[in-house]
Amino acid sequence: MQSQQPQSTQEITQHVHQWLSENWDAEADLVQWRTLLAESGWGAAHWPEDYFGRGLSVEVSAAIEDVFADFGAVGTAQTGVRMLAAATLLEHGNHEQKRQYLRRILTGEDHWCQLFSEPGSGSDLAGATTRADLDGDEYIINGQKVWNTSAHHAHYGLLIARTDWDEAKHKGLSYFILDMHQPGVEVRQLSQMNGHASFNEVFFTDARIPRENLISTAGNGWQVAMTTLAHERRSFDRSRENKRVKQKGRIFVELKKELDISNEPYTWYPQRAGRVDLVMQRAEETGAINDPVQRQEIARLHILSESAKWTAQRAKAAQKAGKPQGPEGSLGKLAASEIARLAARVHTNISANDALLTGPTSVHDGVVAEILVSVPAVSIAGGTDEIQRNIVAERVLGLPKEPRFDEGPFRNVQRNSAAKDTSK
Amino acid sequence: MAFIFTEDQEQFRDSVSRFLKDKSSTVDVRRLMATAQGFDSMVWQQLSQQLGMTGVHMPEELGGAGFGPVEMAIVCEEMGKSLYCGPYFASAVCAANALRIAGDELQQETLLPEIISGEKIACLAVTEDRGIWTDEVFSTAATFSSTATRTDNGHLLNGRKRFVVDACNADTLIVVANDDQDFGFFVVDAAAQGVSITALDSMDPTRKLADVEFTDSPAQRLNNSKPEQLRLLVDIASTALANEMVGGAQTLLDSALSYTQLRFQFGRSIASFQAIKHRLADLLLELELAKSAAYQAAQTLADNALWSTNDQTADIDKVTEHASLAKAAASEVYLHAALECIQMHGGIGFTWENDTHLWFKRAKSSEVFLGSPAEHRERMLTALCAQSTDLRNSA
Repeated sequence: MQSQQPQSTQEITQHVHQWLSENWDAEADLVQWRTLLAESGWGAAHWPEDYFGRGLSVEVSAAIEDVFADFGAVGTAQTGVRMLAAATLLEHGNHEQKRQYLRRILTGEDHWCQLFSEPGSGSDLAGATTRADLDGDEYIINGQKVWNTSAHHAHYGLLIARTDWDEAKHKGLSYFILDMHQPGVEVRQLSQMNGHASFNEVFFTDARIPRENLISTAGNGWQVAMTTLAHERRSFDRSRENKRVKQKGRIFVELKKELDISNEPYTWYPQRAGRVDLVMQRAEETGAINDPVQRQEIARLHILSESAKWTAQRAKAAQKAGKPQGPEGSLGKLAASEIARLAARVHTNISANDALLTGPTSVHDGVVAEILVSVPAVSIAGGTDEIQRNIVAERVLGLPKEPRFDEGPFRNVQRNSAAKDTSK
Repeated sequence: MAFIFTEDQEQFRDSVSRFLKDKSSTVDVRRLMATAQGFDSMVWQQLSQQLGMTGVHMPEELGGAGFGPVEMAIVCEEMGKSLYCGPYFASAVCAANALRIAGDELQQETLLPEIISGEKIACLAVTEDRGIWTDEVFSTAATFSSTATRTDNGHLLNGRKRFVVDACNADTLIVVANDDQDFGFFVVDAAAQGVSITALDSMDPTRKLADVEFTDSPAQRLNNSKPEQLRLLVDIASTALANEMVGGAQTLLDSALSYTQLRFQFGRSIASFQAIKHRLADLLLELELAKSAAYQAAQTLADNALWSTNDQTADIDKVTEHASLAKAAASEVYLHAALECIQMHGGIGFTWENDTHLWFKRAKSSEVFLGSPAEHRERMLTALCAQSTDLRNSA
């Protein structure tokens, strides 16, 4: 880095603007351009200087991203699970791991997936029974994962697996980087009730991980997984931003291709949330707006979704003002489930007989039908409503915890029968 | 800033809260609700004169503090928490605002200072036999059977008003009645000739109701009266009541939280059962949503400057939408909280000795008062549709 480093945010953003005018080329190759960004440190300015960043604050880094956006320049790859991988590596990875993986995360060359949930451990993620057995300098992996977005085109997976069955549940897990392109890894797409296939199942049969791909230490996997999960919601929101790439140039053609692939699993997510925005339009189209019974339900939905919006704004404003988080900050997910469920009911009632149909010939090109068959996912994905209520009751209201039956050596803990045999 | 209270507002809330904790314990509530007057004159004087609560939202030149609907809503929320017994809602919220909106300058200067200082108590008489508030809102057609007949010196009022809050304590009544053109607001002295006030046996003994009959009672027309002002008054009253209700619901939630943690059955605190925990989590969600709605309604009133002026640019449909949204949401959560609180207390929750029924009755009374949740949902949706029509017409 230059010796006379600019100091204030304004100086830095001016510098970045200057740098972009000298280096930006819309006809460049996407990976080549991003390699330049990684090496200059401007693509991830809040990352450490040793690892493709400039050690600047998150706020300054956000200001730099704004400069990129205003300039119309492409930034580093930000979508999908790769940002979770980056956050996890930055916090827990060793020097070699960071040097090896972080650059290709920024350039978008490598795709990543998360290998956490299992058929036998959903809400109870730490009950994972995929096993990792050390054999010389390699871990041998056996077991199964599920709900793995993008696993079918991922180069690497973030894996939690059990390395010690005599330790307590949370203490026997380890966290690995798994090469997805190897004979012992089989990825199968998982079809959903709404006809989409956004997730995969991943089967391991004597898959291999070199010892140096262990992140942190053996037995510390749960702590590392917490970092990944803490970043999940944030980067997830970002990945769903519907970026419309309209500029001309070779680099934008490549970018559009990348975004189409990474956004594909999420096309039905707006429908999953209930499409409250469509309700008034539909009610007017069908005349439901003149029916006093339907009006009551529409009004209930409006009240719920407006109140939830204001509650989120309250939480955000309090956070911005540096106030301690109040209960309003923990309720968004439960509110979203309620809104989606009520919205699906309202859409059903408004559509009446048309709710019997599906596909492109049904109302609104099948969007209404997709709402009805997608909403049940909201109250499950990312933590079920039941778990969310436990969290709210215990952490926000301070009520007593559930009695536990999973203490002591994990080997002795009662588990789903299908998952049992892997412990032998 | 719309979504958080300022430091000043938080400090104001703290002082109101401390005062009410001290002066409106459940012992006080139980003592006062058993009396005909229903409130403590000394406490009323203190909260009006020392703390300035009755005039917090009124202009300084009339003796108020010069703040607005948000501060008024803070008082209401805190009063709801402690179930304060007194004519704040009738006098400071309903009557004072009616005078502000419909009175001319001279009438405001004559009538408001004593109401703001708490020396006089006023109330607002709107509903008649049917007891309906919300259906008048979008219609400017005269739908009242009370009449005001013009005479050489003022008007003479005839008719019967029902369910008038705190009429028994009022020195001054603001009455909605038909005159020769439309309906307007009229000021009547409670001691005037032909005014007969009959206390009603209200299910919620903390909300004193009365019927008021007028027989050729001398009345003064508020000179800026317009029929559409009634709609704004219902918005203001609904917003204030919504804030009072979320305060009451918070007390009920707190009570359920503390009792379920103390109560042990089957060797564990009953709050450790998911059958209880999950319902309390749901109640918290519903309450926080209703709070956001109540705060937003107050903010929307403040943003639209309807409080002090007859601003033509103000978005009355937005005000009505948010006021009725908040009223519907707060009514539902208050009653839900009351029912859950009784249920989670078990048998003891059904006894007179336990305090829960005090709030339950307030919740039930507030659910109906100013219009049921269903009526307010309809009112909200009508206001919402009026906005989208406006948008389409201007596009």
